[in-house]
Amino acid sequence: MDVMPKWAEVILVPLISLILAAILSALVILAIGEDPVAAVNLMVTGALGSSYGWGYTLYYATNFMFTGLAVSVAFHAGLFNIGGEGQAMLGGLGVALVLLFIPWPHWTVALLAAALGAAVFGALWAAIPAYLQAKRGSHIVITTIMFNFIAAAVLNYMLVNQLRPQGAMDPATARFPEAVHLPNLHEVLAPIGINFSKAAPANVSLLIAIVACVLVWLLIWRTPLGLEIRSYGKSGRAAKYAGIGAVRITMVAMLISGALAGMMAINNVMGEAERLVLNAVEGAGFIGIAVALMGRSHPFGVFLAAILFGFLYQGGAELALWTSIPRELIVVIQALVILFTGALDNMVRMPLERMFLAARTARTSKSVEPAE
Amino acid sequence: MTAPAIELKGISKAFGPVQANKDISIRVMSGTIHGIIGENGAGKSTLMSILYGFYKADAGEIFISGNKTEIPDSQAAIAAGIGMVFQHFKLVENFTVLENIILGAEDGGLLKPSLSKARKTLLDLEKEYDLKVNPDAVIEEIGVGMQQRVEILKALYRQANILILDEPTGVLTPAEADQLFRILGRLKEEGKTIILITHKLREIMDITDTVSVMRRGEMTATVKTAETSPEELAELMVGRKVLLRVDKKPATPGDVVLDVQNLKVVDEQGVERVKGINLQVRAGEIVGIAGVAGNGQSELLEVLGGYADATGTVTLNGTPIDLTGKHSDGRSRRDRGIAHVPEDRQREGLIMDFAAWENTAFGYHRDEAYTSGLLSNNAAIKADTAEKMERFDVRPPHPHLAAKNFSGGNQQKIVLAREIERNPDLLLIGQPTRGVDIGAIEFIHQQIVALRDQGKAILLVSVELEEILGLADRVAVMFDGQIMGERQTDATDEKELGLLMAGITDTDKPHDFAEIEANLAHAHGDASKGA
Repeated sequence: MDVMPKWAEVILVPLISLILAAILSALVILAIGEDPVAAVNLMVTGALGSSYGWGYTLYYATNFMFTGLAVSVAFHAGLFNIGGEGQAMLGGLGVALVLLFIPWPHWTVALLAAALGAAVFGALWAAIPAYLQAKRGSHIVITTIMFNFIAAAVLNYMLVNQLRPQGAMDPATARFPEAVHLPNLHEVLAPIGINFSKAAPANVSLLIAIVACVLVWLLIWRTPLGLEIRSYGKSGRAAKYAGIGAVRITMVAMLISGALAGMMAINNVMGEAERLVLNAVEGAGFIGIAVALMGRSHPFGVFLAAILFGFLYQGGAELALWTSIPRELIVVIQALVILFTGALDNMVRMPLERMFLAARTARTSKSVEPAE
Repeated sequence: MTAPAIELKGISKAFGPVQANKDISIRVMSGTIHGIIGENGAGKSTLMSILYGFYKADAGEIFISGNKTEIPDSQAAIAAGIGMVFQHFKLVENFTVLENIILGAEDGGLLKPSLSKARKTLLDLEKEYDLKVNPDAVIEEIGVGMQQRVEILKALYRQANILILDEPTGVLTPAEADQLFRILGRLKEEGKTIILITHKLREIMDITDTVSVMRRGEMTATVKTAETSPEELAELMVGRKVLLRVDKKPATPGDVVLDVQNLKVVDEQGVERVKGINLQVRAGEIVGIAGVAGNGQSELLEVLGGYADATGTVTLNGTPIDLTGKHSDGRSRRDRGIAHVPEDRQREGLIMDFAAWENTAFGYHRDEAYTSGLLSNNAAIKADTAEKMERFDVRPPHPHLAAKNFSGGNQQKIVLAREIERNPDLLLIGQPTRGVDIGAIEFIHQQIVALRDQGKAILLVSVELEEILGLADRVAVMFDGQIMGERQTDATDEKELGLLMAGITDTDKPHDFAEIEANLAHAHGDASKGA
């Protein structure tokens, strides 16, 4: 028998980790002489108190869902893809090329094409480290992180030397044509009578992200390929015994992972900025690692964790705007959340396991005694 | 009457809800060999770990030669005169015998005086107990039997009066085991007390004076060996009557199913592990491969199972199978009707974190019956798993339980059910009963024989000679990557096979132990260099 019931494993452990991170964050806020209660208040109202706040929270959450799913899929194959950042950058390039050079009649077709472009570029960027890992044994953590830097350089070159419109000063592409403008949540929700903020950047990509969560869930737990990916991640020798090729799984898992990271670009590049700028990804690739850790690499967990991190992002921006709490503190809070949910997982898990064990022992001994 | 060398009174130890030792009392008289026998997980190792100071008992007392003794750590155990020879030796591979013996028992900061003192002591010990070793040999270059002797010498050097041996014959050939037992007998004559932990009934019957049987954490009986029988001990161990022999009719071999010609395997380090073997397995027969672990048997299974490359020719039902390239993987093998129960079920045959139903599909997960369109048909897999679990008496019969939560025997039944129910033409099976309790062994053997009687070909690899002699119809002995000889199992015995396992083919001639040993050291050396 497993030591803990499943609900405790999936809900209780992350929740307690989160509470511990919150307590520690409160202490840090206290230490710099601010009021933690007021700060939490501000974060909650700022991120969740209005449809404008929700619009930003969900916009960030959309990014994190894609990158979180990307890291999760690789995790299941036992691969640590730290290259989500670079893959998302290249995804942005894919989106920009698709939208700038092909005239699209309607945003729906454009969205499909842009998503495909983003996925292909992201996947190709992940394919090189994957190939090096599969064939040459170069460690994927090292290569993917190096590819983040190369991606930044490639993007820089493309924006400054190739895609920048003549005479423009900032390293960015021209604005995408009006026809490919994605409806934001205001436009999506207005027909069903919900008045959502016009100014918030959340858009239909959110729905694509949710679809992606469902598809990844199907892939991992409902397909033979998913079983192969998970087998390879758990035991390379067992996979070999079953005839599951290491090279194939490494490549497939990383291609899917890169494609998901790249697809983030339909949200931030196509949906929000409507042009490709230099710092479009804003660290979402790295947040994806935290999201995957906290979501236990399960798509539903990733969905929830992405919303939590969206809240932290938006709430943090509000904090920085309205108080003298520096923006960096938000990074501290995020780091604490990552630390507790990821790295210190066992610190929470062990005492809980002991508790459940003690409870079960007490139960079984009670049920045995009358029989004797 | 003198006080017993060791007396344990009311020892209890629990790990969480698991009661590993329950109120165990035992008296081991000085100058005797005392066997402790029990299935895996019966609590033998826990009890000995308490005696050696690795665990602290929750309750109970330990008396050494009549004096109540606290043993908080292994240092205290050594001081109390207890020496332990572990199943997996604790030796530094690239140190010499002498260096290993003084390791942790050096006197002073300089090595030279300790070494020369140890050399002298070693000579005395050699004379006293007839324990021959070369003090300057490097551990990795000597055979397993010799390494075990070094472990015994280590304990004696620390003036142990009580020697505990944990499954000491697991890695030895029959000849090496006999030699070990001669040494133990000699130690007993010199007044040492020996505790022998084993699951092999024959060893208990051969050399112990008294034997204690453990079952589920309890000491079920302590009897004089002369007054008991293997059948009685097995019954005490399992709690019901067990059939110790494999019950089977003579084989009626049919056509050749598997034909291996000049098979060579070179491992990743470039060492040739299988050196051109020829082997045939016919329909309706079980062919056993005997040999000391590491003499090429595992590589043979890996090649046939589809996860190691090789050269040579292998045909299945007259059609060659690929030994390299795309169609030499496990999946292609399964498509050709080869099922494989691998030697290491926990690392290869199963994924321990996966549920039983996922493990049941594992390897066959792309079968039509298990898929619908692009998706897996999980409902069908689960239903199939429930049926298989019932047919193979897997306990508990819960398809959702993770593989790691089943006992060794039940894990093996899950793998067997998956592979046998495929109705393969050829079943490869490695160490079918390693880490499996006696009750389950009987069942597993019956299943293998039943498959044979359906006219299937079975290739069995086992390091348990007894198992091969009982289960196989024909046996091929591997040594140093080659097949030394083939025998009908009903026309050979452990002694003859033991010589073949040591690489000696003229088995009619008398051989002395030194010759066997020299040969084995050579094979072991090769094996450890490759590994």
